[in-house]
Amino acid sequence: MAGVWVDAGETTPPRTGEAKIDAGQVVDRGVLTDAAQLHRLRSGDTEEFERLVVTHHALMYRVARAHVASSAAAEDVVQDTWIAVLDGLTAFEGRSSLRTWIFQILRNVARRRGQREARVVPFSSLMATELGERTLPSVDPERFIPPSDHEWPGHWLWPPRQWEGGVEERLLHAETQALMAASIEELPPVQRTVLWLRCIEGWASEEVCLALEISAANQRVLLHRARSNVRGSLEALLEES
Amino acid sequence: MVPADMKCQEFVELVTDYMEDSLPAATRADFKAHILECDGCGAHLDQMRQTMQAIGRLSERDLEPEALARMLALFCDWRTQA
Repeated sequence: MAGVWVDAGETTPPRTGEAKIDAGQVVDRGVLTDAAQLHRLRSGDTEEFERLVVTHHALMYRVARAHVASSAAAEDVVQDTWIAVLDGLTAFEGRSSLRTWIFQILRNVARRRGQREARVVPFSSLMATELGERTLPSVDPERFIPPSDHEWPGHWLWPPRQWEGGVEERLLHAETQALMAASIEELPPVQRTVLWLRCIEGWASEEVCLALEISAANQRVLLHRARSNVRGSLEALLEES
Repeated sequence: MVPADMKCQEFVELVTDYMEDSLPAATRADFKAHILECDGCGAHLDQMRQTMQAIGRLSERDLEPEALARMLALFCDWRTQA
């Protein structure tokens, strides 16, 4: 497994026009690597490793699933990542958070796997496809006054309504939650992964950019599409009479 | 009256950049002015926020016991090799 993992301190952070990201910033604001935790892992503390697996495994699977074509391949990627993490523990210098480091290893393992299997669609081309769909609007164009209108082109014809009172309460219903989960599952893989990391796992945008190796601007585009899509599904459900 | 310099159809594409604090200052000012004047876009922005909150309440699926057992077995192997 040598060479599979990298230390975050040595990677080039994603470059964007706005260049707000640098690896040092992520180290400062990410989950600081707990020296004691690292020590326990290195000395073979099974409970500490179990905590690490329980915290990250399911999400690693989700990220891996965006890189490879089958769920079996994703499971292999996650398992190979844990092996690489264990092999790299002694050399890990703690310059990034443990979490950032683990997800960088995951990315590298997944990429190698993608290269080995020609039938697997590489993550980079998945992302290019998703980002290429630039014309896809966030809201159905039919809801706006057409461009031919002289007075208010591009303004609402059918504006959204406030979700208040009973409608807002329905956001908490099991039926709504199930629809939301289903509409997230239907998102293209990279959008789905970005949404999960940001909204459910609560990752900072900088950390998502590092883990998925995407620029800040592209991260926002993907997040925006994912959010807009789920909002549209919720609106359709909540406004059914 | 709605300010003519930002259309609602443009507004809905800028919501995430606004929430992530990534809009250029002038666009941000137009965006905020638009919220004050346009109920539809105000509702849209609120819905996007409510959507985020609602998604945040979903929880990650639990780790399957078999997967955990496999990873713990890996750890035992690694420990005995080390």
